[in-house]
Amino acid sequence: MKLQHDVKRYPGLGIISTVFFIYLYAPLGIVVLYSFNANRITSVWTEFSFKWYGSALNNSALMSALKTSLTVAAIATVMATTIALLAALSIIRGKNVRYRKLSETMVNLPLLLPEIVLAVATLILFSLIGLQNGMVKLVIAHSAFCTPFAFLPIRARLQGMPLDFEEAATDLYASRWIVFRRVTLPLIFPGLFAGAMLAFLISMDDFITSNMLSSGGTTTLPVYIFSLIRAGTSPELNAIATMLIVASLVLATVALTVAGRGQRTDAT
Amino acid sequence: MSEATAHHADTPRRRRQINLPYVGLAPAWLLMIFALIIPILIIIAVSFAVRGAYGGFDWGFDLSGYRQILFNEGWTGEMEFTPQYLIIILRTILLATVTTVLCLILAVPVAYWIAGQPGHRKSVLVFLVTLPFWMSMILRVYAWMIILGKDGPLLRFFEFFGAPSGMTFMYNDGATLAAMVYTYIPLMVLPVFASIEKLDGTLIEAAHDLYGNRWTTLRRVILPLTAPGIASGGILVFVPAFGAVLEPTLMGGGKQMMMGSLIQLQFGGGRNWPFGAAIAMILMMLVMLVLVGLALRSARNEVES
Repeated sequence: MKLQHDVKRYPGLGIISTVFFIYLYAPLGIVVLYSFNANRITSVWTEFSFKWYGSALNNSALMSALKTSLTVAAIATVMATTIALLAALSIIRGKNVRYRKLSETMVNLPLLLPEIVLAVATLILFSLIGLQNGMVKLVIAHSAFCTPFAFLPIRARLQGMPLDFEEAATDLYASRWIVFRRVTLPLIFPGLFAGAMLAFLISMDDFITSNMLSSGGTTTLPVYIFSLIRAGTSPELNAIATMLIVASLVLATVALTVAGRGQRTDAT
Repeated sequence: MSEATAHHADTPRRRRQINLPYVGLAPAWLLMIFALIIPILIIIAVSFAVRGAYGGFDWGFDLSGYRQILFNEGWTGEMEFTPQYLIIILRTILLATVTTVLCLILAVPVAYWIAGQPGHRKSVLVFLVTLPFWMSMILRVYAWMIILGKDGPLLRFFEFFGAPSGMTFMYNDGATLAAMVYTYIPLMVLPVFASIEKLDGTLIEAAHDLYGNRWTTLRRVILPLTAPGIASGGILVFVPAFGAVLEPTLMGGGKQMMMGSLIQLQFGGGRNWPFGAAIAMILMMLVMLVLVGLALRSARNEVES
């Protein structure tokens, strides 16, 4: 047993992996640490302070960017998830669907193209048709590139699910809508939730497209942070970064726990 | 009424089942055609358009956008070879490739180690690899600006040991590379891990029974069997790295551009749309080339096995 174990083990992997995880988290840790520094010069430590958090929260440009980002992400998530759900149901559950493979490629197309190409292409389209409203531009573009992220978990969930429950419900005279509402939807919920969370995350995090399409009134959070970084590192920026890191930490934990619970119910 | 429909459920349901999937697919097709296919077709046209007098472009067929990649037009209209954009294209290919290779070299041992951990610890470790992906990309690049930047901890460390005071780690290809590897590494670890976890442990034992040492086993058994994970991780890292904008803009500064930041520059200030579109086309073509090449390779492997 001992020998068998040794054969599969490669020496030094534990050390490499430990270094890897330090490498993964130390940079974020440094940002968090510096955000509590009272000194205006980021890396000269004077004393522990919360004052940059106060000034970050009172920054109205930041709050307006946050509002724009949240609005765009919320609308794009609903649109992308709905479109992805309909597409996944049709592709996986639909019978005699032609162009199934092509449709799947179509939905996943944003993943295969470099984002900057899509961003400038969309910019040209919007300028040609004279679309001025920054919010509408952002919502359309975000919905498009968020759709595959919502689609993939939903499709994976649907594919892994046997038809038995839906057939049983149909045998018990449930209408198609009732079958969907009471059987399919609850069963695919973890996938749906994971997909929606991913879409929301991708939208909130997007810089390349938003930077291309943003105009005066509609600056998203990453675009605003980019302009702050361009102006130079500041402790307030570190405080903003720390709050965002904590927010994504909470979001990620919730999302992965729900998705994980879904997997565990499968096993039983 | 409901009873009646239920009794005849079979007929109407079958009829509807033929149409419903297409209704369900329609929104996805519409969105992708409007927000993807049409824009891509337009950008192809724009790459052949003429640069407008006041920014933007005028329709037409002209190769000046592409010509400008290699040649600079002088005052008298003579063409002069200028390698500056070619250098940017080559740098993009180089940096994206090196990023992918470095991610791979780092990901394989880590993924292998995680796969060998006991159940609960394994899921915690996978969670820890996934977590940075949930953090804002721009902040992860920013973290490296702090580390490598002026007054940053790394510079402090080297200055302590007597490095010259004018030294900087920023605004070069190395800085861009550091940020790229850091931002894309989770995308490599996860698929490689998924592949390694499926690996049949008895095959490794068999390799050892046949006198294969660890290195041979790694090269001849483990790596070939994890090829699908390596390939999908490679695509996940290579495509965004190839089109990277944030890393070269923030870490490389104005001089060390990549294709992504060059395209952004051409459109950002409305400076030269046909030229920007031409660069975007080259970028898209190169990525497509890699993706098609990989697809053909995996198709051939499937046929062989």
